[in-house]
Amino acid sequence: MDLAFGPRHQAFRDEVRRFLEEHRAQAPRGALAPGGRTGDEQVLRWQRLLVERGYAARTIPREYGGFGAAPDPLERIVLDEEFARAGVSRGVGGQGPDMLVPTLLEHGSEEQRRRWIPPTLRGEIVWCQGYSEPNAGSDLANVQTRAVLDGDEWRVEGQKIWTTGAHRAHMMFALVRTEPEAEKHAGLSYLLVPMDAAGIEVRPLATMTGRAEFNEVFFRDVRVPRENVVGGRGRGWRVANTTLGHERNFLASSAQLEESLARLVELLQQETAPGERPIDRPLVRDRLLRLEARVLAMRFHSLRLLTCRLRGEPPGVAGLVTKLAGCELSHQMAALAVDALGELGVLYEAGRRGDPRGRSAPWQFQYMFSLGLIIGGGTAQIQKNIIAERGLGLPREPRAVGPAAAPGEGR
Amino acid sequence: MDFGLSEEQQLLEASLRRFLDAELPPPRVREVMAGERAHDATLWGELARLGVAGLLVPEEHGGSGLSLLDAAIAAESLGRAAAPVPFLGTAVMAPVALAAATPAQRAEWLPRIADGRLCVGVALCESFARYADAGVRREGDRLHGRAMFAVDAGAADAFLVAVGDELAWVERSAAGLEVGLLRGVDETRRSGELRFDATPVAAWVGGRGAADAAASLERALAAGRVALAADLLGAAGRCLERAVAWSLVREQFGRPIGSFQAVKHLCAEMAAEIEPARSLLWYAAHAFDAAPAEAPLLALHAKAHLAEVGSFVARTATEVHGGIGFTAECDLQLWFKRVGASRAMLGSPDALRENAAALHGWAPV
Repeated sequence: MDLAFGPRHQAFRDEVRRFLEEHRAQAPRGALAPGGRTGDEQVLRWQRLLVERGYAARTIPREYGGFGAAPDPLERIVLDEEFARAGVSRGVGGQGPDMLVPTLLEHGSEEQRRRWIPPTLRGEIVWCQGYSEPNAGSDLANVQTRAVLDGDEWRVEGQKIWTTGAHRAHMMFALVRTEPEAEKHAGLSYLLVPMDAAGIEVRPLATMTGRAEFNEVFFRDVRVPRENVVGGRGRGWRVANTTLGHERNFLASSAQLEESLARLVELLQQETAPGERPIDRPLVRDRLLRLEARVLAMRFHSLRLLTCRLRGEPPGVAGLVTKLAGCELSHQMAALAVDALGELGVLYEAGRRGDPRGRSAPWQFQYMFSLGLIIGGGTAQIQKNIIAERGLGLPREPRAVGPAAAPGEGR
Repeated sequence: MDFGLSEEQQLLEASLRRFLDAELPPPRVREVMAGERAHDATLWGELARLGVAGLLVPEEHGGSGLSLLDAAIAAESLGRAAAPVPFLGTAVMAPVALAAATPAQRAEWLPRIADGRLCVGVALCESFARYADAGVRREGDRLHGRAMFAVDAGAADAFLVAVGDELAWVERSAAGLEVGLLRGVDETRRSGELRFDATPVAAWVGGRGAADAAASLERALAAGRVALAADLLGAAGRCLERAVAWSLVREQFGRPIGSFQAVKHLCAEMAAEIEPARSLLWYAAHAFDAAPAEAPLLALHAKAHLAEVGSFVARTATEVHGGIGFTAECDLQLWFKRVGASRAMLGSPDALRENAAALHGWAPV
């Protein structure tokens, strides 16, 4: 155990602070992830600056447009802390940089890496993920969207659903069926699809939050270049699972949990709407302290998993629990905030009548949206199958007759 | 940067587990706990030879001068074995409390702690909780009153007793000391009620009115809570292991019950609670030596959170076992009860969370 910030990291911290003081005026405002804002020159300029200084894409090799530094968790912590303290955007994140890039580094061809990673890191190409279908949710390997090779092109036919950010994405990484004769899992390929191709239709999918964070995407005879398959024909299941591993960590990042906790503490200390400060009520305090312990646990857990990666040690079952624990925690924090506000907590018009400070709406949104995250990216129940089967060695569900997937193999 | 156990620590864990698996299987635990004092001096002597008793004793006094994280690793292994040994009071709280002792006192007590010859009961309960009319007062160098829930009272040859802000050293054989051993649900460790009737104090730790005794007392409490959290982690881990093993061999409806999602999900929930809690515990133990500003809060959180995790896992593992888990014959109950006792020892989870809130300035002190 060595978490000391030596002189080298202190110097790094000083450097980051100086950078932030000097450049913070150039930073775009608001969250840029997931999906990012596109076509915004300020966003792209900021992103280029961050990559150039090594404050984004820090450990991505230089030949793929990254900064090329060796992985160093303490540097990551310094960056997280200093950017959070300054309230400055970390640049574009989301499906491209956080999910596709590590997948291409692992499974992509040299040409694919050189072509797709640099513009993705610069924020010029925004990605969406085309996995789920109406009949391929938990049973993800049941994907029915077909791609048939026709000369130098794939012809894609089918439908995706729950596609975050499809309406502003330039590209989609999709799981499609290319080998209809093969066994279910072996029939899939991982295909990079341009979203401006003819035959693609994107329809927003309104959710209970009142927004449309997701979309349905329809493919009618969409032409995709042959070379856009990642990891080889029929190898899509393995590639997709790499991406899912990254998604699960990204959906429940401990930095987001810590940020939520800080906002929650502030709310409980400052709000007086129900007649007293919520934090002065022992039962509210007790709930808060329970959640704080869990947030701290997730913070140290992420450091532990990072250390496993650096040491090359398999984390075992510890590496499979982040999504299940983290998404639930986010939901529970929002639940406490909503409860603490009393009837004010149900108002859902930010900054309007009754709630001029707009306290309630973001928490109500988080309460609902985090439930979406508990379901998305592999439901809590699928996560438990994965933990039990891969982590604890319990038997698979008996397979249904025919080439059906074991549930643990799904999302 | 490295957030994980060192090679030496992994080795310590492996060798301790090997020893405990071989020498202290559940039938042996049951034998020891059936004794009046739930103590086996030979067993403790062997553990002392492995270095367990002297982990926190400085090298100059015959120990290995290691950190609380090392002690936590040992505590986890001991919890995993439901070991009936006086580790918490003797090997963790006493050496930490004796930081305030005079050089002569340290030279007298610490070497005997490290080699296993001296077991120390620790009676600090009066400094953080009030049970009915319990309380210790001092008249000159004699004690009167009652101290509750003295840790490791069964094994103790001497006691460290909190008297206000001071720490008294009292020999077990002292005149006017009555040691009443308490039989709780957890029979693997015996705490005690100490009754003082003009009992002579053998020594005041650090001398009478020692300025740093209060701080040492706080440190000893924090270290004890972290070690208990580790014991809870070990017990929870063992409960999960046993539940998984059972669900692989127990068949109903023609297949192992572990192949049913209803059972699988219970096991997954236990693992999902245990693993992040382990990370929290590691950091709390590390912070005790390396990050003094954060350590008090983390010790409270670690103990409170591991108590919740332990209770959840112990009951869930029992449910996975079905009826057999409820029998006296099934060893699982040893851990179920040990978890229940550890949960309350040195402060219940809600009390510790309120202490944590006070440290933040969110609650009255």
